[in-house]
Amino acid sequence: MTAIIAGGVDCDLHPAVPHLTSLVPYMNDYWRDQVITRGMVDLVSQSYPTNSPISSRPDWRPAKGKPGVNLADMQAQALDPFKVAYGICNPLYGVQMVFSEDMQDAFCRALNDWLAKEWLDRDARLRGSIVIPTQSVEKSVAEIERCAKDTRFVQVLMLVMGDVPLGKRALWPIYATAERLGLPIGIHAGSAYHNPPTSVGWGSYHIEDYVAQAQAFQTQLTSVIIEGVFARYPKLKMVMLESGFTWLAPFLWRLHKFWRGIRMETPWVDRAPLEIVRSNIRFSLQPIDAPPEPDVLNRLFDHMQSDELLLFSTDYPHWQFEGDQVLPQGLSDDLVRKIMIDNPLATYGRLTQRAKETMP
Amino acid sequence: MNIQVRERPEAASSVTAKTAIADCDIHPARATRTELYPFLAKRWHEHLETYEKHPYQGMMEGPPYPKAQPNASRRDAYPPEGGPQGSSLSFMQKQHLDPNNVVLGVLNPLNTGQGIRNHDLAAAICSAINDWQIDKWTSKDSRLKGSIVVANEDGPIAAKEIRKRAGDRNFVQVLLLSRNVEPLGQRRYWPIYEAAEEAGLPVGVHAFGFGGNPITASGWPSFYIEEMVGHSQCQQTALASLVLEGVLERFPKLNMIMIEAGFGWAPSLGWRLDKVWQRLKSEVPHVKRPPSEYIRDRIYWTTQPMEDPERRQDLFDVIDWIGWDKLLFATDYPHWDFDDPSRVLPPGVSEANRDAFYLGNAKKVYGIGA
Repeated sequence: MTAIIAGGVDCDLHPAVPHLTSLVPYMNDYWRDQVITRGMVDLVSQSYPTNSPISSRPDWRPAKGKPGVNLADMQAQALDPFKVAYGICNPLYGVQMVFSEDMQDAFCRALNDWLAKEWLDRDARLRGSIVIPTQSVEKSVAEIERCAKDTRFVQVLMLVMGDVPLGKRALWPIYATAERLGLPIGIHAGSAYHNPPTSVGWGSYHIEDYVAQAQAFQTQLTSVIIEGVFARYPKLKMVMLESGFTWLAPFLWRLHKFWRGIRMETPWVDRAPLEIVRSNIRFSLQPIDAPPEPDVLNRLFDHMQSDELLLFSTDYPHWQFEGDQVLPQGLSDDLVRKIMIDNPLATYGRLTQRAKETMP
Repeated sequence: MNIQVRERPEAASSVTAKTAIADCDIHPARATRTELYPFLAKRWHEHLETYEKHPYQGMMEGPPYPKAQPNASRRDAYPPEGGPQGSSLSFMQKQHLDPNNVVLGVLNPLNTGQGIRNHDLAAAICSAINDWQIDKWTSKDSRLKGSIVVANEDGPIAAKEIRKRAGDRNFVQVLLLSRNVEPLGQRRYWPIYEAAEEAGLPVGVHAFGFGGNPITASGWPSFYIEEMVGHSQCQQTALASLVLEGVLERFPKLNMIMIEAGFGWAPSLGWRLDKVWQRLKSEVPHVKRPPSEYIRDRIYWTTQPMEDPERRQDLFDVIDWIGWDKLLFATDYPHWDFDDPSRVLPPGVSEANRDAFYLGNAKKVYGIGA
């Protein structure tokens, strides 16, 4: 197996909200009454059913409750054994599913405050992602600005399947704000279920929804590149989280071929898609959709033609690997260092910025 | 638009231009709007004149993403006698079949009865298209073979059409499109697979179609290039559905052909399916083997548009993972993104692989010749 090195950054950790009522203390009177009086149910997304095997590694599953609810478990199972300096928390609580922008805004604010108080305050290694109410671009911008004052928030978090493709111009104020504040946009697997969860309709099974995440990432990458997000916001980084990455090279070969053929349609895309990916897009390490043979995986890395694209992640507590084998076999020491330390620090500017600020 | 903007680093192979090839994706067109009427009952002439097609999308004429060129076709492919590109047999022979030495050309009609909300109309148009393929094309040039198009959203009617054509060697496959009302593995489509297997015909799934769903899982994108690139994502999901619903398990003799949606994505999709299936197989007990095995054994891929990496070896890695025995050469004539048979494979590919790629695999999957 490939050994980890200490001092890395785990870019995809999932602390779980025990129940909607856990957020009530972070809501105002109106929303507290709404939740209690209307008997609102817990916002569990069918992207990650609590007891689904992929939602938690068997040996990480708590005796009761949702996987990922206990900080002590996360410390013992992820932060300590993988010896990370930082862990970025990406809450997947299903606030994106509601349709009212007011309700979504209230729940996002509560979720972000909950994360700061119940997780970031309790372990100095933890950093947060700002969950935003994408039903309203205006409210999303306000929430980013509110949370960004706390420099422990290092990223804005959106789901890969939302209401509209992520490159759409209406969303650009979110990207302008993120770029200005030095926050990458993290795009995580999962659906708001405001559209069918695949591009050809509703499948029958949970496994189909999960497999389809990879295709959703592909169409989103097309969207953000082709709409011109990075021509307009060249310093903006986007991080594809729990996306898989072994599809990337063939996807870019196809996109590049069509871009060459019909770039007259989108002349503002003035750099090749591959170059845009190299400068602005990053991918979390897990899941690794590849066979275990090191030679195949090394060919796949070579196809990507860059060692700067991958960011270390455990995807804790999701079940992506066994034991301590978070890194695939056959990686060079250099690549391990890049994936675990250099690439995340280069992506999340706030990690080093804060380290400098807090130095004596 | 059909100008070369970049010099290819590799020399084009000198051999292949004269090699006998199969072209597994040719799009025949109608010369006039009413060319189909002789094959349609009078009732439907009036219906079409009054209500038109009523598809699963807003625009009557074509998709809401304007093509890069008229009819998405080569500007040099207009027949001298008039009509749209691909509508003249003699010009297709002169421009494509003869000079490129196409010995087997598979017709994939696109503008058919598929994707129409009125299923009776869909069935009538599809049946008419099948008669028209024989009348205008396959009976006039024995190199050309047709595809049985069917009313895709109505399984029993579609199966009836397949059984009606079974054994007719004018046809070598059943043709579906990738985007339908539901993912292609759903049970409403099973009668199609059952009838195709019974008739000994593969089912081709061509990119495109209207199913009424947004063409990404996050809604409708803005641009034609997004639709074009996105065909590969729609195809991946459709294929995942076919595997995970157990279609390939339930119909063990059925082969399927993925047409014009790329193939570079196939290994990654297979690995992802296998990995997740290991965790979640209790949800889909009807999927008995690792999903990638069904794909490796039963899925064929047409090549156009070939993925185009800077380094050709990268593409050959992918082909090794898919299998040289599963690729079917295609040009997509007369569409603008035509792949030239003399240029798609550089020198250095073994003779056996080259023969399989250009002709052997097609003969095998379509059951033609020895």
